Formats: sequence, C-alpha cells, structure tokens
Amino acid sequence: MPTFFEPKQVVTPGDLLAEGEYIAGENTYVEDKKVYAARLGLVEYDNKRVSVVALKSFYVPRAGDIVIGTVVEVGFNSWTVDINAPYKAFLRPSDVLSRPFKPQKDELSQVLNAGDLIVAKIVSYDRSHDPQLTVAEPGLGKITRGQIVKVTPTKVPRIIGRKGSMISMIKEQTGCQIILGLNGVVLITGKTLEDEQLALTAINRIENESHTSGLTDRITQMLKEEKSKQEEIKE
Amino acid sequence: MASVVTRLKKKQIEQLIENGKRLDGRDLTDYREIKLEQGIIERAEGSARVLLGKTEIVVGTKIEMGEPFSDTPNEGVLTVNAELVPLASPEFEAGPPNEDSVELARIVDRGIRESKAIDTAKLCIEPGKKVFVVFVDVYVLNHDGNLIDASALAAVAALMNTKMSNYEVEDGEVKVKSGYVPLPLKDHPITVTCAKFGDKIVVDPSLEEELVMDARLTMAIDDDGDICAIQKGGAGYFTPDQVFEVAKIAKDKAKERRKKLDW
Amino acid sequence: MNEKPEKLIDKKGLRLDGRKPDELRPVKLEVGVIPNADGSAYVEQGKNKILAGVYGPREVHPKHLALQDRTVLKCRYHMAPFSVQERKSPAPSRREVELSKVIRESLEPAIFMEYYPRTMIDVFIEVLQADGGTRCAGITAAALALADAGIPMRDLVVACAAGKVDDTIVLDLMDEEDKLGTADVPVAMMPNLNAISLLQMDGKLTHEEFEKAVNLAVEGCKKIYAVQKEALKAKYVGIKEEEAEE
Repeated sequence: MPTFFEPKQVVTPGDLLAEGEYIAGENTYVEDKKVYAARLGLVEYDNKRVSVVALKSFYVPRAGDIVIGTVVEVGFNSWTVDINAPYKAFLRPSDVLSRPFKPQKDELSQVLNAGDLIVAKIVSYDRSHDPQLTVAEPGLGKITRGQIVKVTPTKVPRIIGRKGSMISMIKEQTGCQIILGLNGVVLITGKTLEDEQLALTAINRIENESHTSGLTDRITQMLKEEKSKQEEIKE
Repeated sequence: MASVVTRLKKKQIEQLIENGKRLDGRDLTDYREIKLEQGIIERAEGSARVLLGKTEIVVGTKIEMGEPFSDTPNEGVLTVNAELVPLASPEFEAGPPNEDSVELARIVDRGIRESKAIDTAKLCIEPGKKVFVVFVDVYVLNHDGNLIDASALAAVAALMNTKMSNYEVEDGEVKVKSGYVPLPLKDHPITVTCAKFGDKIVVDPSLEEELVMDARLTMAIDDDGDICAIQKGGAGYFTPDQVFEVAKIAKDKAKERRKKLDW
Repeated sequence: MNEKPEKLIDKKGLRLDGRKPDELRPVKLEVGVIPNADGSAYVEQGKNKILAGVYGPREVHPKHLALQDRTVLKCRYHMAPFSVQERKSPAPSRREVELSKVIRESLEPAIFMEYYPRTMIDVFIEVLQADGGTRCAGITAAALALADAGIPMRDLVVACAAGKVDDTIVLDLMDEEDKLGTADVPVAMMPNLNAISLLQMDGKLTHEEFEKAVNLAVEGCKKIYAVQKEALKAKYVGIKEEEAEE
C-alpha cells in the first residue's frame, strides 16, 4: 500500500498522500481509497493514519475548549463575543452572574461591556447553533491586564511544547503568566511591558518556525540573550 | 435559485438515470416535446414562442437605428436581453437583471453572434455613423428547466421571422419606403444543453433535474455542424472525456433538430 | 488607434510576441500579498496583472442569506477602469456579472461547502491590467488565495485558455489574439481530479479543432499548476532560508 511523500514533506491541497487502507487524519480527505491533502502543510504518516499539519488554519469551535474572546456587542439579554472563529459566540447572563438576571434592574453593560476581553469556555456548539460560552467557572472571566496576540490555531500545541516544556520555559524566562486560548488567542500578563514584549516575540517566532527542529533551544537562547541585553541597559 | 428537492426525489432521479431512464419516462438523450410558433406579437418586428415541455419562452425583436461600435464601424449591432419575469417561477424576483438572466442573455447572444447568424454588414446605413440595431428580448414565461435551449431556439426563430422596413438614404437622411424585407440572416445556430449526473450525461434537463444535477454544458452548433459557443454552468465539473461526449451529442441533436425544423 | 496586424502567426510559425503555438506566456505567482485579507495572491501572465483576495469563512451578511447546511461562496470579478485601453466604467458590466458567476462555479467544486454551514466565503478578483485570459489568470490566483486562507480544498483550481489564430490552434491567447483570432476556449480544472470546472468558447471550431484546443488548454493548465504549487510552498521555503542563516 503505497505512500507518496516523505514524512514532514510540504504538501499542497490535492496532493495524493497515500493509496490503500489508510485513515484520513486532519486536513486530508478520502476518495476511492486515496487519501489527499486538503490544506498546505507538512504530511505525517502515523501507522495507518495520514494527516497534514497545516501551515495556516482557522479555529472551529468545540465544546469544552477554553477560548479568549472580545465582547463586541451588548444585547438585551446576552453578549456577543468574537472568538476569532467563523461564528460569533454568545454569553448569557446565567453563565456570568451568580444570581438570576432581572432585565428591568440589571444592566448587562455594567457587568461586561463592548471591548472587554474574557477567558471563557465553550459550553455547546453544533452545526445549527452558534457557540455558547460560560465564564462561571474558576479561572474564567474578564481580563483586566496584559496583552493578547493571535496565532494560527494549529500552532498552539507547538507553543505548549512536549509536556508543556516550551510554554513553561517562556513563563520562567519572562516571568509572565500565559493563557493559551485554543482559538489561537494568547494572553500574556507580565510584571513589565518589556517582559510581555519578550514573551510576545518568542511566541511569534515559534509560530513562524514551528515546523523546524531545535526550536525550543533556539527560543531559550534568544530569551536568555534578550534578558541579558535588558539587564545591561538597566545598569 | 433556491428551490429544494426532497432527498427522496433526488435519490429517485439519480437512480433512474443510473438505469438509463428519467422521471418523465424519457431516455437520457431525448428532448421533451417542442412547439414553435412565429409571428405571435405583431407590434414586434419579429417574434416567436417556444414550448419545451412546460418551459415557455417568448422572444420579440425590435429594430432601431443607432450608432455602430467603434471597432466595427460598418456593421449593424446586436443586443440580447433576457428577463426572468417573476410570474415564471416562485424563485424569480422583480428587479434589475440578476446573474442568471445576464448569463442566459449572453449565452443566447454568443450563439447568434459567433455563428454570424445576422449578416451585420448588410445592416449598415451610413458607414461609421448609422447602422441598424437589432434588439432581441427574451421573455421567460414559465420555468421548467433548460431555459437556454428554449430561449436560443425562440431567439433564432424570432430573427427568422423578423422583417425590416425598406429604406433608402437620400441626402444623408434615411427615408422609409413601402414594403418590408426580411432581416438578412446567414446562419441558424442550434443550442444543445446537457446535464451531468455522476458519470451519466443527460439531454434537456427538466427543472427538477437541474436542481439535482452536478453541472450543465451547453454547446451552440452552426449550420456547418461546427461549434460556435460553449458554456459550462453549475457548481460541478466534467471530465475531458465527458466534454467530448457532450460535443458529440450536441452535434447529433442539433443535426436532428435542424432537419425537423427545416433550418 | 492601433493598427491591426496582417498576420497573427508569421512564416516561421511564431506568434506576435515570438511564442510558438503551444507556448505559455511567463507566469509569476505570489501568495499572501494583502495583509488584511484572510488569503490572497497576485498573478502576472503576459501583461495581465491580477489580484485575488479571500475573506472567510465568516458570518453571512445579510443573515437571511445564510444556508443551514453549507457555506455561501461569493465571487466578484472586477476590472479596474485603467486596466484596458479605453477606460472602463467602474460599474459592473454584464460581462463582469457573467464572469463572476462562472468563476465562482469554477472554484466551488474545489471547496468542501458542507464543512462550515451558516458562513460565507468571499472571493474578490481585481484586474489591474488586462492582456487576454483575465478570467483564467483570475481563477489561478483565486485558488491560491483560498488555499492561503487555510480553507480546506479538494485540489487547487488552475485555468488556461487555448484558441484558434490564423488556422492554428494556439495556447494562452494574448489580447490581440483574443480580439482578432477565430476562437477562444478558456478552461479551468482541478488537475489531480481530472475535473474541468470552467469551460467556455466563442468562435468557430470543428469538433477535431475543439478537441485539440481543449487538450492543449489542459496541458497548459498542468504547467501552470506546477507554478501554483511552488508559489504556495514558497512560504515554507522562505522560513527555512531564514533559519539556515542563523
């Protein structure tokens, strides 16, 4: 049963990746026992599973995902949130307030207003309904400090690293708190602006070089160099 | 057009076609019954009415005087317009021409223009200044599929029915004389549209078939049997072999029709 | 006023721009040229200069046009007023309306429409300079823009025209050949699936000539397809080179 590319080779939509009894993994599709690439990326052969690690993709909501979003509209009895996806998400008062919502008395904009950033969890999503969010869980809620950066969602695992190695290293080197929304939005909260910028630079580089090897070492190196430069300037 | 065909019906149509038959009992390469009448609108210079199954088209032609195009200063002008009038289908809305009516008009136009059906050189009144403009207006009165073939047929029939006033140019002025002359025609193109269902090709799709088909392919054939216009439509595709299969079918069907109509 | 050339193919069998009948014009493709768009591409083919941009999948506006089970694909082919010899009015012409439709129908079979219900994908094609074969070059760029946007596709769509000029079937008509030749056959296809998603013709061809023209156009498509793939991969290569320098 033949495969037609070397692992980690760059493939484009329509490339025939394998023929025979294979399972179509991410970013591929099957027709007539042939597995084709559906997106530009690097092909991976894992036993019977053929998939493509996409260079660029967009986030498709999934129930249970932690996401970072921006409130874009305060409605009469709900908020509309931009979660960097093809669909707008909704947040109902019952998923925010710890008490019942009384439209005559309560003003939604006093709780969350347009332009506010939130860390939320997707409660439900299916093909016929827009995603529903909740912030009524520990660790979720309005963001009051920090910067956000958008990355392509397929790169989030790379930013986390194997067993969290990459993200822990960045947090350590920069002293920043980092929350990774699975929708490709990353929140960086540091003690100083320079620390936050450093973490941001690291994350951007990881996104651009995610397909290369030795990345963790290079990023560690870069962060160390930048930090000593900053220390020199302070003296 | 957003009409919905039930899944059951879709399956039914597809299965029938797999077995070489269609909903209305036709073979894959059969046309529905065609009725053609000419001269039904006396106020128009020429007119024709076509019934293709339940699809009904009326075409009227009008002739006016106007300026030639700058790149063809000694030739008459052809303008084709199509109206998908709201009463013809629950899907048609009133308003300016949408992409379907623009496409229909341009396909009909292409068949007539590229086959050089109208002898435009004979429509020149004053070289570079005045020519005859032939307006062909396609009016869809009932939509039951294959508007293209029905409209193209009605358009050519209307042109064949078109009479122009006799005239002569005196002192730079156009003077109308008595009597009429037929619009000078050199060709009578015939258009054949096929629809694709998987690996089967079907001729003259009905409306329901159009809602289920993968794509359509239209070819206009001139008096010599040559192809003078082609348009693929719909969101599907044809393999190169299927394209050539359609070309052969179009050639045969056009020949058949030409004989029947005595064109 | 330009003078009409006597012959479009000279005694040596070469065309007005020195090409052989089965020769393509040089094609240059670049991906990711409009930062604001979700995906974009730029094509130069002969004197054609065409930009394609893609936005989506995103929410449908107006809402009532959304489809419950699939995405809505919209396409706008538009020519800049300065793109042609005689200034063209910016208002959409009937030709642009028709081309927008057939181009959309050429791209749709490549997209998995059912993947993102209740969304829309917008494809914008802007012709900055026209030199014959703009719909084909536009489709080639639009397909790259869709892939650049990360929209899953069955295959890239690539397009090329063939035609008849002075009794010879030729590939990739330029402006003069388009205007003065006797047939023009634009073809768009998904090469890996052997699927023709756009086919038009105007002119006069015997069945044999038509077959020859289609086959020639398909060959031309396959050559441009190779350039498309390289243009997409170039994003990776650029990054690899940066890394090598360190």
